[in-house]
Amino acid sequence: MNATKDRQDLILAEAKKLNKEVFDEKNLVKNPTEKQQFQKESPKLVTLEEAIRKSGLKDGMTISFHHHFRGGDKVVNMVVDKLAEMGFKNLSLAASSLQDVHEPLIEHIKNGVITSISTSGLRGKLADEISRGLMEKPVIFRSHGGRGSAIANGDLHIDVAFIGASSSDPLGNACGYSRSENAKSICGSLGYALPDAQYADKVVILTDDLVAYPNTPNSISEHNVDYVVEVDSVGDSSKIASGAIRDTKNPRDILLAKQAAKVIVNSGYFKEGFSIQTGSGGASLAAVKYIRQSMIDQNIHASFALGGITAHMVKLHEEGLIDRLIDVQSFDRVAAESIMNDPKHKEVSANEYASADEPGSATHYLDIVILSALEVDTDFNVNVLVGSDGIIRGAIGGHPDTAADSALSIIVCPLLRGRIPCVVDKVTTLITPGKSVDVVVTEYGIAVNPNRPEIAERLKKAGLNVVDINWLKERALKVIGTPAPLPFGDKVVGVVMNRDGSVLDVIKNINA
Amino acid sequence: MFVPGNNPGMMSDAFIYGPDSIMLDLEDSVTMAEKDAARLLVHNALKSINYGNTEMVVRINPLNTPFGKKDVEAVVTAGVHVIRMPKTETAEEVVELEEEIEKVEKRLGCVGRTQIMAAIESTKGIINAYAIATASKRMMGIALGAEDYCANLKTQRTTTGEELLLARETIVVAARAAGIDALDTVFSNLNDMETFRKEVELIKHLGFDGKSIINPRQIEIINEIFTPTQKDIDKAKAIMGAIKEAEAKGSGVIALNGKMIDKPVVIRAQRTIELAISAGVLTKEDL
Repeated sequence: MNATKDRQDLILAEAKKLNKEVFDEKNLVKNPTEKQQFQKESPKLVTLEEAIRKSGLKDGMTISFHHHFRGGDKVVNMVVDKLAEMGFKNLSLAASSLQDVHEPLIEHIKNGVITSISTSGLRGKLADEISRGLMEKPVIFRSHGGRGSAIANGDLHIDVAFIGASSSDPLGNACGYSRSENAKSICGSLGYALPDAQYADKVVILTDDLVAYPNTPNSISEHNVDYVVEVDSVGDSSKIASGAIRDTKNPRDILLAKQAAKVIVNSGYFKEGFSIQTGSGGASLAAVKYIRQSMIDQNIHASFALGGITAHMVKLHEEGLIDRLIDVQSFDRVAAESIMNDPKHKEVSANEYASADEPGSATHYLDIVILSALEVDTDFNVNVLVGSDGIIRGAIGGHPDTAADSALSIIVCPLLRGRIPCVVDKVTTLITPGKSVDVVVTEYGIAVNPNRPEIAERLKKAGLNVVDINWLKERALKVIGTPAPLPFGDKVVGVVMNRDGSVLDVIKNINA
Repeated sequence: MFVPGNNPGMMSDAFIYGPDSIMLDLEDSVTMAEKDAARLLVHNALKSINYGNTEMVVRINPLNTPFGKKDVEAVVTAGVHVIRMPKTETAEEVVELEEEIEKVEKRLGCVGRTQIMAAIESTKGIINAYAIATASKRMMGIALGAEDYCANLKTQRTTTGEELLLARETIVVAARAAGIDALDTVFSNLNDMETFRKEVELIKHLGFDGKSIINPRQIEIINEIFTPTQKDIDKAKAIMGAIKEAEAKGSGVIALNGKMIDKPVVIRAQRTIELAISAGVLTKEDL
């Protein structure tokens, strides 16, 4: 008897020392509910309006979105419409990118629901209006790696992240694909949404395929998720890109692709175990086809392909020519299905992909990247954001991240697009500094950055047509004449942030 | 490579794909309403665009149309290398074109600058092929236009091309006898590269010097088939080396590996070397 009493005393004494309560059996809840039923009663499972209210969102706060559904995204418009209906004002919208489909934001900006935006890019009517001065505050443009860093280091603080997911269980284990029979949408990697899920104060998953717990393997863990909202549709998968591999039939793209492939093969970086990333343009996609042949002929394998993964890359991987795929964004349905089924096709966050701050980010281990451009100037600076008419019509994407970190960056662009020259004296907007750009491939010749004489030497030795970039510019001017200066105003409508958080350039309003 | 004379975009950068010659067309690809505009465009393109080493050809309208003579005037003044004469049937037509060209050249003070290529597109033209090929010292080549020819023949083109066999052989024979180039007709189905490849193999075998094309995507296959293989080039180089050696020794007999080399073998070797140089797989320094 004494022994029992002594033990209780000792428990009490130890609890006191640890500054803890003593266990009380009435606090232990035993729940005999059948668990399949229990998960449906998850307190996280709410309506969109409840999620917004419970998240504590207030006027002036920052909300975030990803763009993995690209032109098929339905989440941004759905959520912002709801926020407007609920009377929110003065919100900051932090998207990984915005597309044509987000045109309804124009009204929300005019009504004061959204008063600031940060994004990688803008397109369509929203971009037109913003270029003409729709917003009081300039839009902040960041690269994908830059956005990841800004979220991680607090430059970009997200109060509530709204993340569209192709599947989620009631606790918030979510992915960009679904293994259920009811799968409605599929976007593959959720890489750009992962920093939001990790760092936002509150995280709301929206899904059109609510599946049973546990939805594993998953991209986003329930630990990072506060609310799960079931909706009719989060996105139209068909608008990511079509399912089949389509080869471009445009002879100019084919010519550029072949030239780019020759540059790669003769660059000195085409070796067993090399790594590669390609952009999404017709020419850079086609370049993969021609590199493939050289890989087979010379028995060379890539250790990994990075980026925006496409059906082309998946094919090379499945053929054994590329060992691993590292995927921050799936560019088509084939890539989206591959990431679901193939453990060697790995999803990474924007930070793991291209953050300048993370020594382990994949771009640091990238040998070769092929990128496109709207304009390149004679100092090799590249613009991928603002058209030669002064209107925003593109996205920074991972352009400056991959150009800076890769061993060899190749820009593929036609010298002329109709009557618009692409090699110019000064880019309209600076996105990727020339110091990180090594080779520019045009249909009229290949220009190599004077910083890389060894590359120029190798290409010349291989019989490629290496020309001075000034010659390219002159050649373009000779054909189309000198364009009139653009009618810019004095209002700053956009600020371009470098990936290290410094300010790189500004975009002024256009009076056209 | 055919390029429509009313498409400035295609005209301005056709040469980037590396065809041996560009044929700006004023005839069938330009509608009646656009004849004058196209002529002006072609004139300006020839004068202002730097086509590098590409041979520039213009297909004019026949002289018996209201456009033919104006076409000659516009392209000769712009310095075209070759005028392609469509639907050529007789030697007299060639002489007539030559007179028109000469009128303009005399005024410009450059008599003899412009060459002629005759397109033969009818049975009558095929019958007169040798006369056409030898009608003018400006004649650099004769070409087959198969669509009109087949219509005239009351048949249609097949993928195997038996219907064109006589016309093709006649053109090659006439061109060889006249010492000028023989050029084959276009192949229009861009989705059937397989048949295109077979056709190019066939015409090379028949002895043609080249083929007209309508799209840059066709260039690679032609170059691939017409470019001599490394084995052919090595053999030709060895033969040419043996000739040099014989010349150095002052010997009239040329031998390689103990075998005598006949004249036809030498001619074939020379042609292989020429083709390899023009295909860019061999330079003169390599010889």
